[in-house]
Amino acid sequence: MTWTLVAATLAASVAAGTSLLYAALGETLGERAGIINLGVEGVMLVGAACACAVASSTGSPYLGMLAGAVAGVVASAPFAYAVVDRAANQLASGLSLLFLGFGASALIGNPFVGALIPPLPSVSLRMPLGEGAAAVRVDFLVAAALPLAGLVAWLLMGTRWGLRLRAVGENPVAAFAAGCNRRRLQYEALAIAGMLSGLAGAHVALGVAYTWAEFMTGGRGFIAIALVMFARWNAWWAVAGALLFGAAEAAQLQLQAGGVDVSPFLMNMAPYLLTLALLPFTGKAGRLAAPAALGRPYRGVE
Amino acid sequence: MRAPRWLDLPPAGAAVLALALFGAILAAAGKHPLQAYYDTATYVLASRQGFTELFVRMGPLVMTALAVAIPARVGLFNVGGEGQLYMGALFATGAALYAPLNGPLLLAATILAGFAGGALWALVPALMRIAGVANEAITTLLLNYVAPLAVAYQIFGPWRSPESSSYPQSHRIAEAARLPSLPTTRVHAGLAIAAACLALCVYVFNRTRWGLEMRAIGANRLAAAHLGLPVRTYLVVAMALGGGAAGLAGMAEVSAIQGRLVSEVSPGYGYMGFLVAWLAAGNVSRIVSMALLFAVISAVGDVLQITQRVPYAVVNILMAAILFSVLCVGPGARRR
Repeated sequence: MTWTLVAATLAASVAAGTSLLYAALGETLGERAGIINLGVEGVMLVGAACACAVASSTGSPYLGMLAGAVAGVVASAPFAYAVVDRAANQLASGLSLLFLGFGASALIGNPFVGALIPPLPSVSLRMPLGEGAAAVRVDFLVAAALPLAGLVAWLLMGTRWGLRLRAVGENPVAAFAAGCNRRRLQYEALAIAGMLSGLAGAHVALGVAYTWAEFMTGGRGFIAIALVMFARWNAWWAVAGALLFGAAEAAQLQLQAGGVDVSPFLMNMAPYLLTLALLPFTGKAGRLAAPAALGRPYRGVE
Repeated sequence: MRAPRWLDLPPAGAAVLALALFGAILAAAGKHPLQAYYDTATYVLASRQGFTELFVRMGPLVMTALAVAIPARVGLFNVGGEGQLYMGALFATGAALYAPLNGPLLLAATILAGFAGGALWALVPALMRIAGVANEAITTLLLNYVAPLAVAYQIFGPWRSPESSSYPQSHRIAEAARLPSLPTTRVHAGLAIAAACLALCVYVFNRTRWGLEMRAIGANRLAAAHLGLPVRTYLVVAMALGGGAAGLAGMAEVSAIQGRLVSEVSPGYGYMGFLVAWLAAGNVSRIVSMALLFAVISAVGDVLQITQRVPYAVVNILMAAILFSVLCVGPGARRR
């Protein structure tokens, strides 16, 4: 592997990692509030479809991005109601959300199959490595990714809201006794998570693929969930994880472009297998970092 | 906040609510839901093809539902039915194409290979779970994306049939490796396998020591371990049996329906099977009625695709609506 290839891979991993990071930051917030959402993939698909639909019909990628964010919140609403107010099983509700996303995105995106989607405007930053044309395409969502991670870290660890949110995720009964409004906090966390997942989908559509295809997010939502565990429910670690998993996806594209003679189907497995291979390294300390009430429906009084 | 009492609908009410919701969404998208429901009813009830197709679909749905229900018995979430089905199809094709056997032995090897493929694919998450490194819900979901790639690798690569230039598929498997079908229909012996597996599960769950011990583990793993039950063995075996069931569904798709390995082995049977098992709520015999319900739902998808040019995937909305209705308004939602 030459330096040029390394530089190109790094550059591409930023684009691939951005959507992972948005989804993972959202999922981090939700899981810190005690709610595991397996439906991230579905919300991303709805975000991507709505972003395509709006960007294609208005011609404005920024409106498309906004639509993706709003759609993410709307799509998450039934899930939020089921798990927050109806104490439904979170895994089953998350899968229902996944199906909702599969179906709704196929319906919304159908008229836009093959349509021309205006991409998010971007500037190219040349990589200091190698002599090729490797450059990082920085669009609005890429540029906002790091500040967003900082914002989420601050919200969680530096504000009273975050403290209460974490209290709800650790021990909702005690949090209630201390005067936290569990319902409201969980709805807020899930709304932000939905928005970020919608943006993640929007970036896949407007920042990477520039088109709509059914199931186009290809399991990134699931990788994002694994990434949250890998990052120990920490926003900054999520950045490192997103770059790593983004690199796995990017490396495969670069190798294919570089004419390496390995079946593309085998290389496409790389991100999933890497995720599986890295999960054990979360370690015992990592598993202890999990919010104590994660995945448990609230059974207390209110 | 307590939800209002009028939201506590019986299950049939939840289904009607879901159909109404889905209809409203279709109508909002400019389609004709009533026409679609009417077309589905006539297709399923008044046409021979539509009616028999229900039984074609029920086989894999029952098997993928068992893939969820068996691990659920010991408290594990197997969401990887789709991947296990693809692996079953892959292994079964491999055996059918390359096993040096003839006659019924070849068919037996094909069936066994299908089971083994699914079981192995479920074994990875099971072992990761008992080693305490990863939750099986997320690992099985991730593997769903890997298995179809392995299938695609084989049919675009080593197993590619030269007679298929535009649409990649494997060589045809030998006649001896084909599961028999009812004459002039697509209904095949996979349905009988599914019925036998279901009956076996009902028997084991309700009438044997193993069934009792599985229930004990599912109810309280720690207590079961203190009783001296081999909890880890049960977890691994239950997961592998579940994966094997899904693998058999994949085997039947190859051996009975297609006669060769294709890239689209399943229209999402693995995911639908999860919903079937979930709605059956641990009651194995209810899997039959729920599988019938989902066979009808997938007929709605076919009808929508053919008559109103809506992508098949849209039918997922109807499945989600049914699930959310049950989770949010059904009596199950108040299970405490």
